[in-house]
Amino acid sequence: MSATTALVTVPAEHAARRKAQWYRVPALMAGLTLLVIILFMVIGAPLLTSHNPDVQDLNAILGGPSSQHLLGTDQLGRDTWSRLLYGGRVDLQVAFIAVLFPFVLGTVLGSLAGYFGGWADLIIMRVVDIVVAFPFYVLIIALVFVLGPGESSIYIAITAVGWVSYARIVRGEILIAKRQEYVLAAQSGGLSHLRIMGRHLLPNVITQGIIYAMSDIVQDILAIVTLSYLGLGIQPPTPDWGTMIANGQNFLTTHWELTTIPGLAVVVTGLALSLIGDGLADLLRPGQS
Amino acid sequence: MTFVGRRLLLLVPVAIGVTIIVFFMIHLIPGDPARTILGIHATPKAVALLHQQWGLNRPLASQYWLFVDRLLHGNLGQSLYYSQPAGGLIWGRLPATLWLIVYTAVLSIVISVPLAMLAATRKNGVRDHVVRVVPLLGLGMPPFWVGLLLQYALALTLHIFPVTGYGSGIGGHVRSMFLPSLTVAVGLSPVVIRSLRASMLSVLGADYITTARSKGVPGRRLFVRHVLRNAIIPAVTVLGINIGFLIGGTLIVENVFALPGIGSLMIQSIFNRDFPVVQGVTLIFGVLVVLVNLLTDVAYATLDPRVRFDR
Repeated sequence: MSATTALVTVPAEHAARRKAQWYRVPALMAGLTLLVIILFMVIGAPLLTSHNPDVQDLNAILGGPSSQHLLGTDQLGRDTWSRLLYGGRVDLQVAFIAVLFPFVLGTVLGSLAGYFGGWADLIIMRVVDIVVAFPFYVLIIALVFVLGPGESSIYIAITAVGWVSYARIVRGEILIAKRQEYVLAAQSGGLSHLRIMGRHLLPNVITQGIIYAMSDIVQDILAIVTLSYLGLGIQPPTPDWGTMIANGQNFLTTHWELTTIPGLAVVVTGLALSLIGDGLADLLRPGQS
Repeated sequence: MTFVGRRLLLLVPVAIGVTIIVFFMIHLIPGDPARTILGIHATPKAVALLHQQWGLNRPLASQYWLFVDRLLHGNLGQSLYYSQPAGGLIWGRLPATLWLIVYTAVLSIVISVPLAMLAATRKNGVRDHVVRVVPLLGLGMPPFWVGLLLQYALALTLHIFPVTGYGSGIGGHVRSMFLPSLTVAVGLSPVVIRSLRASMLSVLGADYITTARSKGVPGRRLFVRHVLRNAIIPAVTVLGINIGFLIGGTLIVENVFALPGIGSLMIQSIFNRDFPVVQGVTLIFGVLVVLVNLLTDVAYATLDPRVRFDR
């Protein structure tokens, strides 16, 4: 009930106030700041290190931090700091691309299911039920196994498994939104279904999908790192945080930092994205925090 | 009966779908599946044998039927690496995985309930913010990494728990599986804490709490008797919804701690290119999730009578 009254009485000043507030959401600001720093570090990697991440120096293996090697070297004498930066480049790039496909596919299928209902809804949602019957990692690992390790398999596997959450979220939002007056008005105005969905419904329901995408990227980064840790993801010698952890594992008792540092990079990146997701949720769903 | 019956009926299409996905895995293999699986040095005879065994030269529908028919007879295929039935291998490995799942669920509740209570009783206070932000860290932690750190700190350095292994006897399992279960629980708890906090807050705002307060029910008693009892139901559901995450987490963690479960069997089989076992484990994981979801629904309906009438 309160939602309808809010819709009717929403004055221009309310919208203006909300716009002016985005930088006052502490979680959003903290997350954005952190993410900008991380992105700057991985994109500007050549500026921050002079070492090639792939160059081995067998005379300087497992070295501690020094003025030459800020974070020491790994078992092949490669510079940990530059592998960390270049590895982040790879992992973040794959994760940011990987989140797009399920977002698009899930949004399209969820909109179709929610808007048309009936058979479309029945079939799409049954498929959703079947996909969620598998644990996330099990299906991803099984798919990457059959498709063969590598980047394109990661995209396919994450899309095949990840779209279901977006479909559920968008479908739910569409089911509510399609009963509102502006949709009825558009329908009685004779607009095509495609136009109603694309121009009228989607802009109103997409925020939930975007908020979810933030936590989904975190999950995708974890999936990519996990696959690489298992040897199924990013293939050596390309640096990546998962392979770094897997390599460091053998030296856990003597050089625990080789395992810890890349993991911390994952955690900090995840924290930044989670904070952004939280902040966006606070900002876009007022009254629900 | 009607509620459980309806839930069972809904499972039928899901179960069929699960078998279809697992069946199609083989056709996702690029090229000739038999040749890819057996490797480039396989003799034509071996390839032909596998073709015949898997029915690859039949029409697709007939292949699927063969697959389902074997499943219904409890036949998950023959392991290419161990040369024994995949079903037997999986069955022998199942107890360790089930232990891990139950242990993790228990630990998650033990971690989440007190923390959610701390947060909900001081909404927007310092401890609420701490309980809300710290779990965000947990959300971004790779499960295998948490496992390695716990292994390093509590097993290799402080020697409180064994580094790897399953232990023997119930006491041994409880001790040996503590670290692996804690590892999965660290990833699962943030989600549970958040929804538990939200449901506790909504319970705290309910009329019957106001009534209990005005009757003079003391704080602790009010919380345990009135709030916790009503807030625990959503926590069970949240655990149920995230069972996929929980079970998927065990897959990774079993490898870190060298537990003889089906997750480590799956990863080993991937490296052995033992397709039938990978396929079998994927199926069993799907079945596990479906069964646990059913159990959660039934538990939910038992705990909260409203559910039975709602649907």
